[in-house]
Amino acid sequence: MKAQRPRIAVHKFASCDGCQLAFLNAGEALLTLAQRVEILHFAEAGWLDPLAKVDIAFVEGSISAPHDIERIRAVRESAKFLVTIGACATAGGLQALRNGVKEAAGWVADIYASPQYIESLPESRPVSAHVKVDLEIWGCPVTIEQVLGATASLLNGVTPVNPGEPVCVECKRRGHACIMVTQNAPCMGPVTRTGCGALCPGVGRACYGCFGPAELPNAVSMAKHFEQAGLDKREVARRFLFITSAAQPFADVGRHYKENE
Amino acid sequence: MPASRFLPHSALQSLLDALTARGYAVIAPQARDGCIVYTETRHADELPWGIRLEQDPGSSRTIKGTHRQAFAWANGPQALKPLVFAPSEPLWRISRQADGYAVKAAETPQRPLAVIGVRACDLAALAIQDRHFLHGPYPDPRYGARREGMLLVAVNCTHPASTCFCASTGDGPEAKTDFDLALTELDDGFVIEAGSAEGEQILAALPLQDARAAQVEAAAAGIRHAAESQTRAIPGRNLRDALMARLEHPRWQEVAQRCLACGNCTMVCPTCFCHAETEQPELDGSGSLHSREWDSCFGERHGYIHGKQLRPEISQRYRQWLTHKLASWHDQFGRSGCVGCGRCIAWCPVGIDITEEAAALLK
Amino acid sequence: MNSPHVPQTARIVERIQESDDIFTLRLRFSDAAVQDGYRFAPGQFNMVYLPGAGEVPISLSSDPEEREDFAHTIRAVGRVTRGLAALKPGDEIGMRGPYGRGWPLDEAEGKDVFIITGGLGCAPVVAVIHYVLKRRERFKRLVILQGVKHSHDLIWRASYERWAQATDTQVLIAANSTEALWPWHVGSPIDLVSQAEFDPANAVTMICGPEGMMVAAAKALKARGLNEADIHVSLERNMQCALGLCGHCQLGGHFVCKDGPVFSYPEVKVLLERGGL
Repeated sequence: MKAQRPRIAVHKFASCDGCQLAFLNAGEALLTLAQRVEILHFAEAGWLDPLAKVDIAFVEGSISAPHDIERIRAVRESAKFLVTIGACATAGGLQALRNGVKEAAGWVADIYASPQYIESLPESRPVSAHVKVDLEIWGCPVTIEQVLGATASLLNGVTPVNPGEPVCVECKRRGHACIMVTQNAPCMGPVTRTGCGALCPGVGRACYGCFGPAELPNAVSMAKHFEQAGLDKREVARRFLFITSAAQPFADVGRHYKENE
Repeated sequence: MPASRFLPHSALQSLLDALTARGYAVIAPQARDGCIVYTETRHADELPWGIRLEQDPGSSRTIKGTHRQAFAWANGPQALKPLVFAPSEPLWRISRQADGYAVKAAETPQRPLAVIGVRACDLAALAIQDRHFLHGPYPDPRYGARREGMLLVAVNCTHPASTCFCASTGDGPEAKTDFDLALTELDDGFVIEAGSAEGEQILAALPLQDARAAQVEAAAAGIRHAAESQTRAIPGRNLRDALMARLEHPRWQEVAQRCLACGNCTMVCPTCFCHAETEQPELDGSGSLHSREWDSCFGERHGYIHGKQLRPEISQRYRQWLTHKLASWHDQFGRSGCVGCGRCIAWCPVGIDITEEAAALLK
Repeated sequence: MNSPHVPQTARIVERIQESDDIFTLRLRFSDAAVQDGYRFAPGQFNMVYLPGAGEVPISLSSDPEEREDFAHTIRAVGRVTRGLAALKPGDEIGMRGPYGRGWPLDEAEGKDVFIITGGLGCAPVVAVIHYVLKRRERFKRLVILQGVKHSHDLIWRASYERWAQATDTQVLIAANSTEALWPWHVGSPIDLVSQAEFDPANAVTMICGPEGMMVAAAKALKARGLNEADIHVSLERNMQCALGLCGHCQLGGHFVCKDGPVFSYPEVKVLLERGGL
């Protein structure tokens, strides 16, 4: 008799759907995955059974609306192991830029023709603010390697490693020329968690900090350096208040520069 | 002593051709992405002709000079280290069998490399890495396979950067040993000498001229000037006891305010040897790949031990790095781990200067 | 051939649950020739490899003269050790070793042997206890001092009770907090150093446990008149290669994996007393 395959679900909350694409874009690996697990819920791919009991639930998106809170609790109840995928689920995402902004309450009326249909929480929060999370995978978006690598470890019965080293280390392993040192670029690499494979610095663009704070980030020194490199306070604030604006210490440093513009 | 010989710039291609003919892949410096990188090179005209390098703490810029030399710069972010100690490489693959596992060691590529443009500081660093990877109780077969076939063409440094301090560590600017060929560049070519039997054989295949006395003197003067023009210095060749007596110095906290803990200093340091091992299981359950990759004492893995971080603060990690490099290195290798290349100064995004920190700690 | 660089496979022949989260695996190399040629000393360690998870350094806990197999006593605390805890007899894992410098058992012959362990430091020295008890005539007194945080952390309780009955053997046990009817000392194991019956002029001490405890124990031993050079400690650091190459296990100038894990106290005293290195 064949042993029952592990069951998985992929849930979506407030997000752009981009992180779920790590599964859908995996190509042949997706077929391998489908053979090793039973996918019970994955709306974007056509499986619908949101309350199914599963071994691993992957959660994309932040908790941004009142009904999200009930739903994430139900997901937690249904899953033995809960993995957040991406900046939204792990740190509140881009939409957390509204957190703590006084004027935010008026934005819905300014933007939407029928604001009465929009129901939002005052803050966009990570999944971990509401339920226990077993593994957080950072990224905007997460990569195929991260998600399938973690899945392979879990299927092997082992907690995945979750590196918090800075982008710089991976950038140097790949032999990229440092764009901070050669071009004075305002690169967030020194304080940002790796996982992207040093994608942007590898093509000459300053790291945007998509993967959130590294394990031991000195954001204060980074911000001072950006100022010395010629950025004004507003520009410094924008380096930190972007994809993972709600994650510490980016939130505090960004807000400090924003308030002292 | 054999008469000095001279290789005109116009005949430099003959050196590359001679190395290729002997079966080497030729690695040489090129100007790329605003810095000097060592990469596979077929034609002498790919070298950084007319390029100068301005390096300061946290800054490195290539600029077009008015001269016609190919080696009128100090060094790039890397030289020999990635060629012998791979930034990441598989160690073994374990595959699931009917009743257990089978382990297969990963193969090490053994393409012999000839590296042109090796600096004295990098030769000194290579000697340290050789000692670490090859002369302990467990010689590393991967490093050994790459190192064994490597031919070294040194180019004495005549244009140190502001970040250089090899004269104070005693490792440069002149390559004295451990090279196959050594060149000193003048405006129209190189004074060239062999440092090994194979180097002699290669010289025999080149269209050399006898070096004139003025050329030999100009080469020596260039090296002398390179030593004299260095403005930075490490404050003493053995700081072991002085630093270990200052483990509670307030400077550690002060530097930790600036240090980003990004690990760049360790990645560019030609003597840093730390690496981590990683394991990635296959998604289909057929097995797993075990690899190693460069790691840094500034990263979380370095001081981690079952649920506990031995060095949770940046000040402790910086102290680990500096005291290893300049103090406990003496216990391990009988010398300092610093060869004065200045890379950690230039490639630190916030420009922390090891010579300045060491001097401040000694106060 | 047993290479230090690549794991051999080894099969679990027995699994013993020692406490809630501590278990012992008895193992045998799958290749009989490797098992035949395998020698180790108490205090040495293997890199125990769970395929798909990674390697962890674990000291050997069996008797080196039991040549049929060898044993590791493991606490399930991390991702690899928790995975190892789920294995059953018959399962295969990978194994590299042995590595490092073991306990100075030759030096201890003809002397009193004083073993001090804190918490889970017991596994590396239990091999020594077994070693000494089996070769009782080669050693003088045996003093075993075991400290645990809580009484339920004490594994091999029956063994301690049995050892206490052996001739010329003294067992001292302390727990910081205890359940009811705890027959031994309540408090720090260091309190008990003064009760140990040994000849400081002719003794070797072996200590394993948290670094703070080892430093305190060394001070108490010095106060009893023991020469620092007769104190030996087993250290723990992050070890990834076990070959003295990866650099993670450095303590000052020492590579703990190859220069240790057992050190004579004067070699590491200054570094341990400093802490945070």
